[in-house]
Amino acid sequence: MSRLLESFRIALRGLVANKVRAALTMLGIIIGVAAVIALVSIGEGFSAYVSGELEGLGTRTLFVWTNRDAANPQQLTTADAEALADPLACPGIEAVAPAYQQGATATYAGIETSPNVSGVTPEYLTVQSYDMKVGRFIEQDDVDHRGRVAVLGSTPASDLFPGSAYPIGETIRLNDVPFEVIGVMAEKGSTGPMDNDDVVLIPLTTAQTRLFTVDTVRGDYVVSSINVLVQSEDMLDSTIEDVSAVLRERHRIQPGDTDDFQVRNPSDMVETVTGITTTLTIFLGAIAAISLLVGGIGIMNIMLVSVTERTREIGLRKAVGAGKSDILWQFLIEAVVMSLIGGLLGIGLGTAISQIAGSALDMQTVVSVNSVGLAFGFSAAVGVFFGIYPAMRAANLHPIDALRYE
Amino acid sequence: MIEPVIDVRDLTKVYQMGEVEVHALRGVSMQVMPGEMVAIMGPSGSGKSTLMNMLGCLDTPTSGEYYLEGAAVSDLNDQGLTSIRRHKVGFVFQTYNLLSRTSALANVEIPLIYGGVPRRQRRQRAIEALEMVGLGDRLHHQPNELSGGEQQRVAVARSLASEPAIILADEPTGNLDTRSGKEVMAVFQQLNRERGITVILVTHDPDIARHAQRIIWVRDGLVERAEQVGDRILADDSQGSEEDKGQAVAVAALDASGTFEEVAS
Repeated sequence: MSRLLESFRIALRGLVANKVRAALTMLGIIIGVAAVIALVSIGEGFSAYVSGELEGLGTRTLFVWTNRDAANPQQLTTADAEALADPLACPGIEAVAPAYQQGATATYAGIETSPNVSGVTPEYLTVQSYDMKVGRFIEQDDVDHRGRVAVLGSTPASDLFPGSAYPIGETIRLNDVPFEVIGVMAEKGSTGPMDNDDVVLIPLTTAQTRLFTVDTVRGDYVVSSINVLVQSEDMLDSTIEDVSAVLRERHRIQPGDTDDFQVRNPSDMVETVTGITTTLTIFLGAIAAISLLVGGIGIMNIMLVSVTERTREIGLRKAVGAGKSDILWQFLIEAVVMSLIGGLLGIGLGTAISQIAGSALDMQTVVSVNSVGLAFGFSAAVGVFFGIYPAMRAANLHPIDALRYE
Repeated sequence: MIEPVIDVRDLTKVYQMGEVEVHALRGVSMQVMPGEMVAIMGPSGSGKSTLMNMLGCLDTPTSGEYYLEGAAVSDLNDQGLTSIRRHKVGFVFQTYNLLSRTSALANVEIPLIYGGVPRRQRRQRAIEALEMVGLGDRLHHQPNELSGGEQQRVAVARSLASEPAIILADEPTGNLDTRSGKEVMAVFQQLNRERGITVILVTHDPDIARHAQRIIWVRDGLVERAEQVGDRILADDSQGSEEDKGQAVAVAALDASGTFEEVAS
């Protein structure tokens, strides 16, 4: 043990004697480790960011919309939504919320804004998990009577009524059609590219008949999407099948033909996106690892030079009683110390880079314990792997040959 | 009867230099008694350095037997040889072989590091060794701050530090002027006389060889002859004392293979 300590001391002295060389050699490892740490943490941060955004959509929700890649897509209609709501056809469904969505101009007292206007049914509140701030949501009665009532998202509410927390009863105009404000929703934040707060919700029927010009399919009004809330997560798969079966039948799709609609679950998207970002992270990490490998080769190179340079010293040490293992440890420790110091500095540099990148890209980059451990372990392994050959070469030198070396 | 400290029998060494086999030693036999100071002389290429390397366990013979303090060395593995270099023999080289940019003290400590001597004790013993060679005031000088003679004395101190029974010196004065050479030889003699350390040295210089009690001539990988030039200090001298004229040529018998054996007259 004490001999190992001595080997350590001798190795450190060797490094200190060649400071510039040791520092340059370490630079290879520093850059390699920093690249691994930074790229992996940025990758993980990005993936966490994206899946966090997507999870905001809710894990029990299914989205149904028209598949525009199909040969002759038949658009979804209100009747489709009603068919899905039948508990005999789709037992797993808790609520169905068809929506018709379009941009419109909203004005009030000379202020103009362009929110997304959605025609919805009362179920929309539950399915999209909005909360009311003041007033009430759209009720079945409003839908039945095509009422000109509007529920404001937090963005148009503060745009149109700056300074007023209670705009209930005021009349706004959507594309010049007057609507009475009946409620304001609490802020929800954005999910992915969608701003859930820059919306104005009106009854579905009002949107289809009074505000916008909407196509009909066999007398039924078209909807842009049908959002479905499933009773529990483990019923997602069976419900997707039920929904597909109902819609295929209604759209008269022959067996073997592709669906003219898509049923998607946000967690599918999370999985897809996470899969992509994970692959990307691994890919970037692997590229960074190559630079670590190159750094390791740098260590081996300099250690070989060092062994050659110190051949006589090795011979002398052996002549006065150093065993093979003493010499082996001396050079191996030198290589490992270089790679470990390089690894530590690299972890520091990589963390700094990932912090800077995180604040520049406005996302949370986390340098995980895993990636630090991995980078540290990997750089130690690089030190051992690339140090062992030069060290063995030194240890196996014949004392006489080594002493005679010029 | 005192056992010889070094007992070599029919030692051969063959080097493979490319296609050619070089027979550096062709069957050397010799004995060295404890406390002797022996000089090995011979023209260059005679195999005397090779012999020294064998004696110092820096190299292994091709064939033959080597007993060091009664223990067979010739069939030791690398680890066993390392242990002998570490504890039993000290080596002094022609070119000193001190580590540059390292103080005299640190240089002398090196064998003690590998001997596993604890730090403080190590320092103490290194200081003592340097004082013994008269360099007590040069402990922290680096080799480039020392004269050749001083550097060689540091090397002698290094060989002493692990308190070996035998010191082997390969042309220790080869790179020194006459005066420094004498200083170094005086140190060897002192160590031999006062501490009873067996000293074997290789030299070209008859003046240097005269410091020894016995001279062994080597030629073409064989012991040519041996000559007693002075009294053995500590060894069993009962036989030697019967020799006429005190400092007489030891009666040596060379057998057919050139093996040297001392024969009591």
